[in-house]
Amino acid sequence: MSGSNEEYDFKWCPGCGDFGVRRALEWAMTDYLTEEETPMEMNVVVAGIGCSGNLVHLLEGDQPYGFHGIHGRSLPVAMGVKMARPELNVLVVAGDGDFLSIGMEHIAPQAARNLDVCCVIMDNGVYGLTKGQSSPTTEVGIITSSTPYGKPEDSMDPLKYYLTIGVSFIASGFSSKPRDLSKLILAGINHPGFSIVHVQSPCTTYNDVTDVLKGNARKGIKPLAYDISEDHDSGDAEAAHAVMSAPGVPLGILYENTDRPTFTQRIEDTHTQAKPSTPQELLNTFEF
Amino acid sequence: MVQEDLEGFIVKRFTRGRPGDDEIIRSNIEAMNLGREQAASSGFNVGTLPEPHRPEWAQVMIKGNDALSLGAMAAGLDVYIGYPISPATTILVYMERNLVQDGKFAYQASSELEAINSVIGAGFTGKKAMTATSGPGFSLMSEGIGMAWMTEIPVVIVDVQRGGPATGLPTKSEQSDLFAALNPAHGDAIMPILAPGTVEECFYAAITAINWSERYQGPVVLLSEMGLAERAQNIPKPDLSKVVPETRRVYQGNNGYKRYDGFELSPMPLPGTPGSYVANASEHDAIGDTTHLPERHVQMTERRFSKLELLKDGTYESDNAEQEIMVMPWGSSKGPVQEAYNQLKEQGLPIGWFYTMYLHPLPPKLLEELRQKELVIVPELNYQGQFASILRSLGVKAEAITQYTGLPFKVRDLVSKITERVEARREKVVTV
Repeated sequence: MSGSNEEYDFKWCPGCGDFGVRRALEWAMTDYLTEEETPMEMNVVVAGIGCSGNLVHLLEGDQPYGFHGIHGRSLPVAMGVKMARPELNVLVVAGDGDFLSIGMEHIAPQAARNLDVCCVIMDNGVYGLTKGQSSPTTEVGIITSSTPYGKPEDSMDPLKYYLTIGVSFIASGFSSKPRDLSKLILAGINHPGFSIVHVQSPCTTYNDVTDVLKGNARKGIKPLAYDISEDHDSGDAEAAHAVMSAPGVPLGILYENTDRPTFTQRIEDTHTQAKPSTPQELLNTFEF
Repeated sequence: MVQEDLEGFIVKRFTRGRPGDDEIIRSNIEAMNLGREQAASSGFNVGTLPEPHRPEWAQVMIKGNDALSLGAMAAGLDVYIGYPISPATTILVYMERNLVQDGKFAYQASSELEAINSVIGAGFTGKKAMTATSGPGFSLMSEGIGMAWMTEIPVVIVDVQRGGPATGLPTKSEQSDLFAALNPAHGDAIMPILAPGTVEECFYAAITAINWSERYQGPVVLLSEMGLAERAQNIPKPDLSKVVPETRRVYQGNNGYKRYDGFELSPMPLPGTPGSYVANASEHDAIGDTTHLPERHVQMTERRFSKLELLKDGTYESDNAEQEIMVMPWGSSKGPVQEAYNQLKEQGLPIGWFYTMYLHPLPPKLLEELRQKELVIVPELNYQGQFASILRSLGVKAEAITQYTGLPFKVRDLVSKITERVEARREKVVTV
């Protein structure tokens, strides 16, 4: 709503990858609503804290419901929303710091439950909002404001981590390809279960890897990002692992498993086994 | 005991609708009879008990945590999400088994962080949501509780207090989380608090907690204690037809709504219907976009605090209210203090009695009366005299009688300590 709201003065830096992610998300939500013939208010976007989380205020056109909470807890909030109202389409937008550092502990439980929300993770390998500290996806040895002698930790590999803990839909996207990205997000929304669309969304101020990902012929840089082969079998976890292990940044749907029940179905199954009692009936059991 | 009563108990206990119930009942009665014969032939005599006292009203025998769970359900609880922790676990267990109607559910979260944030997510969608924990979990929830205050989302947080800081005394009772319950979060935020003093009050406090959270659209802390949670007690059977569940004011207009407009409570839009906004834990403008304008922070801060005015409908007990010296316990200390008070009153000590489970906001008339007293003695189970300190900050001449053993007060200790305080005060008055 920022375009029409002068009071909201947050700005992404020029060239920020998050612009492309926002556009892709708007397209994906619009396509989803057209498919489902439902209004925008059926969408809830739960945002993390960081540059990426501000996306929830920057969406143009019809507004979904938004939730801009506290750092690292977007997944638990999204879980509460989805469990309480399974008919809502719930999205999480967060960055590598919010999702993979402070919020890391919340990913594995949702993978085990197969919570049916779609997470769009904007990975820029740096803490941008706090001006350039290292994040879990910053490469080892990189000098940032919080690692003046080089980052001492190895960088984590989010895609392999998602695969290991059982995320049932894993896609990899790039903010400079918003059309492709919007298709990945739409596929994630339509996936019956827990989906993560992990997006390379470069920070042009503190960690600009746009050229490295895209390539730059003039500078003699070969692109790291590439579209995965059409022959890739996304139902095969080993094939997914092989693609994730190969050099470069693969783009596309790397893994999907639609055989597992969603969290919504699991809760419904529990209820079919249970015998509901009214508060009065429950109270009567304490009579003596 | 009367043979028929015992046989009746055995029949009730083992009638579980399973094959073999009859055989189990028959053999248990036979075992009991053999025991009786053996005791009779040994010449051992346990004497006889008087007939059990049966009140005119219907009773239930129930533990504090079960009463609390039932109260919340009677008030229309939809969602319960919690994490196991002594002595709050039995609420989770009861909810998992029983909160299973259509559109309702209970769930075990992976941590207290997940529990508080997910109940807030559920509250955001319009559900009546609650979590329960004890001190360590309550500390973990503090940032989330601040978020519920900031985003104006109804949610109930039960803290079944145990003893000590950190892991502390998990299986002992203490009343030492009051400061934490009042101000769990950083920044300007204060919690409405209900602290039941008996098993029966656990039931009614849970109803009010849900109602308050819905009415003022924010978090409410229900402060129970280990000493209430696991105590099974006969209480008059609550009349559920008299329970009046409250539901938040819901926005029912078109898009373009300013959810956080103005200085007072406003109707809340629910996802799935027009009126979308951003529930924002950062300081925000009327539609929920982040802001740092000074006048906005002033407006929103005053708005959040103004809503507490809606919660000043609490009641209180008073006895000998014309006295200048009062005793006023809170929480589970109510029982022993009441007994000590009754003894002292009978002895002619010039004291009166106040009690309320509505700790914040206090019933306004009670606060007015408290401020006029020479001395308010507050027996409480913590080192700092937390409630007495809060009362002093409200302009009440309060002094605590503290105990921090992890055990409840003994009546005889209270009798002597209250007497000491009263006599010290009288000497002081005489000297002046």
